[in-house]
Amino acid sequence: MNAKTMPLNCLPLGRVGVVRELLAGAEQQRRLLDLGLVKGTAVEAVLKSPAGDPKAFQIRGALIALRNGEARQVLVGLQ
Amino acid sequence: MLGRTNLEGDWGMGPIELALAGNPNTGKTCIFNNLTGARQNVGNWPGVTVEKKEGTIPFQGRSVKLVDLPGAYSLSSFSEDEAVARQYLVNNSANAVINVVDSCNLRRNLYLTLQMMEAGANVVIALNMMDEACRSCINIDVEKLAALFGVPVVPTVAAKGQGMQEVVQAAVDRATGPRRPFKIEYGPALEKPLAELEKSIRSTAGLDKKYPSNRWLALKVLEEDEGVIEEVKEVAGGRAILARAERARAALAQKGVKADSVLIAKRYEYIDSLVAQCASEACSTGNVLSDKIDKVATHRLFGIPVFFVVMWLLFEFTFRLSGPFITLVEDGFSRLGAWLAIALPGMNASGLFTSFVVDGLVAGLGTVMGIVPVLVTLFLGITLLEDSGYMARIAYIMDKPMRVMGLNGKAFIPFLLGFGCNVPAIMSTRTLESKRDRLLAIIANPFISCTARLPVYILFASAFFPAQKMPVVMSLYFIGLALAIITVKVFSKVVPEEKDEVFLIELPPYRLPALKGVVTSLWEKISDFLKRVSTVILAAVIAVWALSSLPYGVEYASRESLAGQVSSFIAPIFTWAGFANWRATVALIFGVLAKEVVVSTLGVVYKAGEGGLGAALAADFTPLSAFSFMTMTLLYAPCIATIATIRSETKSWKWTLIALVYGFGVAWLLSVLVHQVGSIFS
Repeated sequence: MNAKTMPLNCLPLGRVGVVRELLAGAEQQRRLLDLGLVKGTAVEAVLKSPAGDPKAFQIRGALIALRNGEARQVLVGLQ
Repeated sequence: MLGRTNLEGDWGMGPIELALAGNPNTGKTCIFNNLTGARQNVGNWPGVTVEKKEGTIPFQGRSVKLVDLPGAYSLSSFSEDEAVARQYLVNNSANAVINVVDSCNLRRNLYLTLQMMEAGANVVIALNMMDEACRSCINIDVEKLAALFGVPVVPTVAAKGQGMQEVVQAAVDRATGPRRPFKIEYGPALEKPLAELEKSIRSTAGLDKKYPSNRWLALKVLEEDEGVIEEVKEVAGGRAILARAERARAALAQKGVKADSVLIAKRYEYIDSLVAQCASEACSTGNVLSDKIDKVATHRLFGIPVFFVVMWLLFEFTFRLSGPFITLVEDGFSRLGAWLAIALPGMNASGLFTSFVVDGLVAGLGTVMGIVPVLVTLFLGITLLEDSGYMARIAYIMDKPMRVMGLNGKAFIPFLLGFGCNVPAIMSTRTLESKRDRLLAIIANPFISCTARLPVYILFASAFFPAQKMPVVMSLYFIGLALAIITVKVFSKVVPEEKDEVFLIELPPYRLPALKGVVTSLWEKISDFLKRVSTVILAAVIAVWALSSLPYGVEYASRESLAGQVSSFIAPIFTWAGFANWRATVALIFGVLAKEVVVSTLGVVYKAGEGGLGAALAADFTPLSAFSFMTMTLLYAPCIATIATIRSETKSWKWTLIALVYGFGVAWLLSVLVHQVGSIFS
């Protein structure tokens, strides 16, 4: 893993990251995978809510809001 | 990848059942309305409160049934919606499935398609062109997509009604033709355990052919799919299969392969390669205009003000619009009553029967039905907010604040709507995925002060606190809100916690709501509400009539009536609360019909008109006991329409009863507290 890997919730707005790894437990992980967060998928950070959490990401053509607690479980590499 | 088997389906000229499936926001509802028109039927899926819509399509002289499946991204059983769609497909109920696919978003939409095909469904793709902007820049080779996937693909423009007949034709052809199994190769590492699992499934009598295909079942047990595992456990020999799957997973894990990750990744990989072959992806970066709106609507600073403006508009709109109609409904019923009061005796009806019809049914139903215009306008507002896409943004913005209560952003909407009317508020808890959150939101909701309670506050506040009307009324709203929050906290300790789930909200692109669809869904919601609550409401109306008018011959709701006697008997329980008089108690009993009835009942029992009621009340109430009585009215029991809604949404008399007893207990305690603590200071 190179230095540019970060949890998804830290991905700056407007930047695209590529999913490297999921850290969540089995059940949560399956949910995230089902959402399309499989290795190699490009994800763009699009919006931050007024409270800073959740944040919304462009995942396979849909804008999906994830809480930081869950986005943290997704490691992405900066492109 | 494709092959024909002997699973010939021969339906001849028999009835055909088609299903409509697709991701949310793909134009699925629009297609359903186009195809079925007014021939629709709304009900519930068995055992859950997920709406089930059915309709018929007239097609070449045959009647074709169309079942609308809940919008879903996937066929896992994470939410009730998904579970319902999946159960239906796995049971092989449909002869063919029309899968609405948003052509601008193939890479996400085809995931559901793929899962349905793996589950053995006879899929026909309706490739729907959603928006103009995207249509001009995306280029899909429809024939190639059909050839690669092995399913018929029909291009449609749902909003303009284009391609509808073609879709139905393709689906009927598919329904009456042979079934074509679909298979994805998952690679040698996984195919070997899959083949072994399939073999042992084939030799297990209770499981062989129970599911769409043995391969599908093998995949699901290897994936550790909870829904399937629960079912397999129950079958003789099922546990042995699960143990085998467990061993296979362990063996794979030793090689560094996580079975479920690889299976899901392979499915997406398959879609990616398919899309790469048949579509140009010039504009796959989302919706530009929608993103621009979001930059303001969910902005760090502007987001909250925008939200308040939208909410203010919603309530303004609701009450301006519903006001005249409420009067219309009430006038209509009172005229009907007046006419019947003359007509019935003329037809030799007995006095008792006339009283039953006029004072009981007509007057009672007129009161309760006054809620319908509020429902219509609130539902209209909600539907517009939902269809425009803003509703999802509310949940998104309010998620963090709602976590203080232990709920998520989606639970904010019911609380907000409660200030309008608790009925649509409780119905709107359906958007909550977790059953536990739903239950908490439902039980807490009646404490939110709806508009029907305002006339009671205004009456008492004007009579006893003329100088501080506003603060007194506001304080009641805050007491209600505070108790709602406390209730969620208390019940979250009692109701068992669910497993940790991933919380997510999809933010669909903003869209102008289509009026036709709005009217249809409005009618559905209202008629659904009336159907489900009518029995309970009718029973309550009759009970109130019996209480007020029996024994026959007494003056309406007088001390000698049943209501008067019962009230005199129970009034002493309100001694500590400061209003132990039978008149107040009668008003509370009748207020269950609708909270504003408290005012009209007080008018009747004090024999005072609108103007003189305040003065008449001064004989029995002090400012302190007036405040205590308002607190009681705010909290004691939801109106009958709300009670009936709690029952129909929880599907449980137990929880309905718990909500009622708890509500009354809290109301009594608090009004006693108000009066006792207040007495110390005054």
